Amino acid sequence: METTATAATPAHPTGEPAHGHEHPELGFWRKYVFSTDHKVIGIWYAVTGLTFLFFGFCLVMMMRWQLAFPGRPLPLIGALFGEARMPGGSMLPEFYNELGAMHGTIMVFMGVVPLAVGGFGNFVLPLQIGAPDMAFPRINLASYWSYFIGGVVMFGSFFVPGGAAQSGWTSYAPLSVIAGQGQTLWLVGMIFLITSSLLGSINFIVTTIQLRAPGLSWFRLPFFVWAQFVTSFLLLLAFPPLEAAGILQLMDRVAGTSFFMPSGLVVSGQIVEWTGGGNPLLWQHLFWFLAHPEVYVLVLPALGIVAEVIANNTRKPLFGYRIMVYSLVFLGFMSFVVWAHHMFFTGMGTTMAAFFQATTMIISIPSVAILTSLIISLWGGSIRFNTPMLFALAFLPMFGIGGLTGLPLGLAAADIPLHDTYYVIGHFHYVVAPGTLFALFAGIYYWFPKATGRRMSERLGKIHFWPSLVFINGIFFPMFIQGLAGVSRRLYDGGAAYDFAQPVLHWNVFMSFSAWGLALAQIPFVFNFFRSIRHGEKVGDNPWQATTLEWAAPSPPPHGNFTSPPTAHRDPYDYSLPGAASDHTPQWAS
Amino acid sequence: MADHSSPAEIDRQVKIYILVFVSLMALTIVTVAVSRFHLPTAQAVAVALTVAVVKGGLVAGYFMHLVSERRLIYWVLGLTAAFFFAVLLLPLWGQWDPIRILTP
Amino acid sequence: MEIPYTVAERPDTGLNNGKIGIWLFLASEVMLFGALFASYLMMRVGAAEWPRGDSILNVPLATLNTVVLISSSVTMVMAWASLKRKDFAKFRLFMGGTVLLGFGFLVIKYIEYSAKFHHDLYPSTSTFLAIYFTLTGLHGLHVVGGMAVNAYFWGPGAKLWRTDPEHFTNRVEHSGLFWHFVDLVWIFLFPVLYLL
Repeated sequence: METTATAATPAHPTGEPAHGHEHPELGFWRKYVFSTDHKVIGIWYAVTGLTFLFFGFCLVMMMRWQLAFPGRPLPLIGALFGEARMPGGSMLPEFYNELGAMHGTIMVFMGVVPLAVGGFGNFVLPLQIGAPDMAFPRINLASYWSYFIGGVVMFGSFFVPGGAAQSGWTSYAPLSVIAGQGQTLWLVGMIFLITSSLLGSINFIVTTIQLRAPGLSWFRLPFFVWAQFVTSFLLLLAFPPLEAAGILQLMDRVAGTSFFMPSGLVVSGQIVEWTGGGNPLLWQHLFWFLAHPEVYVLVLPALGIVAEVIANNTRKPLFGYRIMVYSLVFLGFMSFVVWAHHMFFTGMGTTMAAFFQATTMIISIPSVAILTSLIISLWGGSIRFNTPMLFALAFLPMFGIGGLTGLPLGLAAADIPLHDTYYVIGHFHYVVAPGTLFALFAGIYYWFPKATGRRMSERLGKIHFWPSLVFINGIFFPMFIQGLAGVSRRLYDGGAAYDFAQPVLHWNVFMSFSAWGLALAQIPFVFNFFRSIRHGEKVGDNPWQATTLEWAAPSPPPHGNFTSPPTAHRDPYDYSLPGAASDHTPQWAS
Repeated sequence: MADHSSPAEIDRQVKIYILVFVSLMALTIVTVAVSRFHLPTAQAVAVALTVAVVKGGLVAGYFMHLVSERRLIYWVLGLTAAFFFAVLLLPLWGQWDPIRILTP
Repeated sequence: MEIPYTVAERPDTGLNNGKIGIWLFLASEVMLFGALFASYLMMRVGAAEWPRGDSILNVPLATLNTVVLISSSVTMVMAWASLKRKDFAKFRLFMGGTVLLGFGFLVIKYIEYSAKFHHDLYPSTSTFLAIYFTLTGLHGLHVVGGMAVNAYFWGPGAKLWRTDPEHFTNRVEHSGLFWHFVDLVWIFLFPVLYLL
């Protein structure tokens, strides 16, 4: 598990192929593809994650056509999907389910987390703690390739007979057990993705504990580092039960066991061939044991990024840093004991429901503490409204809406009319889309100069930001209206078959156009991103006049990161220190 | 464990390993022997788990050197133990306390 | 730049990187097997009837396997202790013994499984057999993995002893921790599946 870094000159980062135990040895090494440098690996994670985010977005844009115009043939590209899925260009319900299940899976496991944790975590964390690399560079590489293979398996599952998984990203039994081949590939893909996460989380935790530069005590760490540290514990301890569940579901599907198959199950008038005796709820418990902490994995790195950008662009220290750190740790711990709030209607008794309701209400406290601290941090600041800051600022109310709409869902009684409706979809998308995704955009604009030595265009950044903000609200806000009216989720006609849904059906068209508008709004971002790599305005080490250690390294940093090992002499956000020469006193300044 | 590198210290540890080995063998015999008595389930479980915990404790404590490990490792394991019991026991709650439909 | 604390211990934690790394990995394994034990409990508690382990499974063979695995744990720790005593030859002996005993465990497992299949007892036959095969099967895979690592350190990986003996000793210790964990899981698996 240990490694020693090979000596290198700054201009020529060297790398060695990974010797992970579960994967074939790479026969040859390349400097920038199979590098063990955390920055290269971080960029690969980010690029792959962004690609999957784009792909997952495309899937839902197709779904939005179906929802806005149920049954109408999809123009231009409808014919590409064949008669099995879109006869005459018109989407079949099974294909709608496939798109839905894979949209969720891809966005969560192959898009957001790899970008937020694998991408940002890998690139920024060692730099922010003054380390030359991660503690285990070869394991880092192995974790990327495990993710990549998992992604290929997931993508490939679209092409097997019967198509990809279509039992929801939640893969509930018994439906998932009797589903087609695509579900098996989903399970296999998940095992690779989980392995990737486990390897990565071990690396992050050891790196943070052991490789902090001299003077960098725990309470001098940037909030981003704390966020990644807690996130890594969530991944480490919550994923294995899902891995176990995945193995059990594979056994059910492939070996004919009945872990999740109840006795006497009848499908389409036929008794199924499983012997039965199993419990579908066991799958739900094991799934949600991971999936609830997973949503904090989706959010915590975003909070970390927003904290960095806000401190930097208010030119003052974060308000309540210690409270934020304690809240983060408490939230991480609590996240393991709230999961059954996703299962209120599975037949649990009132005491069990009350327990999970209580823990769920309690967990909202640290979230609010962190969000409030970030908001108060703005007070009295000299705010710079650059692109990263715009996205970070927008994150605050968006995450607020997402969080607040979670409260009635967490209360068992209020959940009764809301469970499995569009209200839920609105809630979680608000936290992840205008929430986390906006924070990730902030991070890209903020750290792009460090990674490339060039800025992204501010003008294009603003052209990206404003329409995105408008359209993203256009997509998700009406979902609360539809949900409160009782429109269920996962309906391929968007509720058209139900009388009670008629008054709110028109929102489907509005939401779909908002989604397509959001897609168009990303064009300036993509253009800006690629163009700035070569033609962006060149910058020095610290273009944002920031205080944290990554800005002490050259832009981009060489292999080994720092020309000489940095020492931290102060807190992470010493902006506008009374009596200081400038409005920022970096951590490495003595 | 770099601080335990003197030959005398290692010899002392080796003696402990042998002792633990013998204890583990003995406990294995005990647990199999007790199972032959076909005790009622609750008691059988109590005995079997107690023996297992003792055996496991010996392996963890002495072979894995946990008796002299650092606090950080204890914290990690403590946290893990908490979540281990959560995943082990909380799902069962639904079995033991299902919703009861009240007839009017 | 070298990565610090790969071998030397960091003063404030008193640990090297690999030691923390392996314990974190083991923590995740505790959760993996924990979830499987949780599944066992759910299956058993939810079942109308559940067979006694010794009515279906081969207790004498499994007892032998328990002895084999515990012995391999002793040889493993002795292998490490030999390195601490700078006795490479003894390390070779004990590590080789550990790998052989691991192999012995798998052979006995193979005999057990074959006998089950011969009597038409498959994972799909009942939830008892499902959880039995899955738990012991996954455990067996961990035995294979551990053996592979141990064999590596017995063989090609032993080169490191000449260039950096302390590093090599630590790696063997960490590999040993994994191996002891595999033993630890079996210490619980054996009574739960076979004796209750």
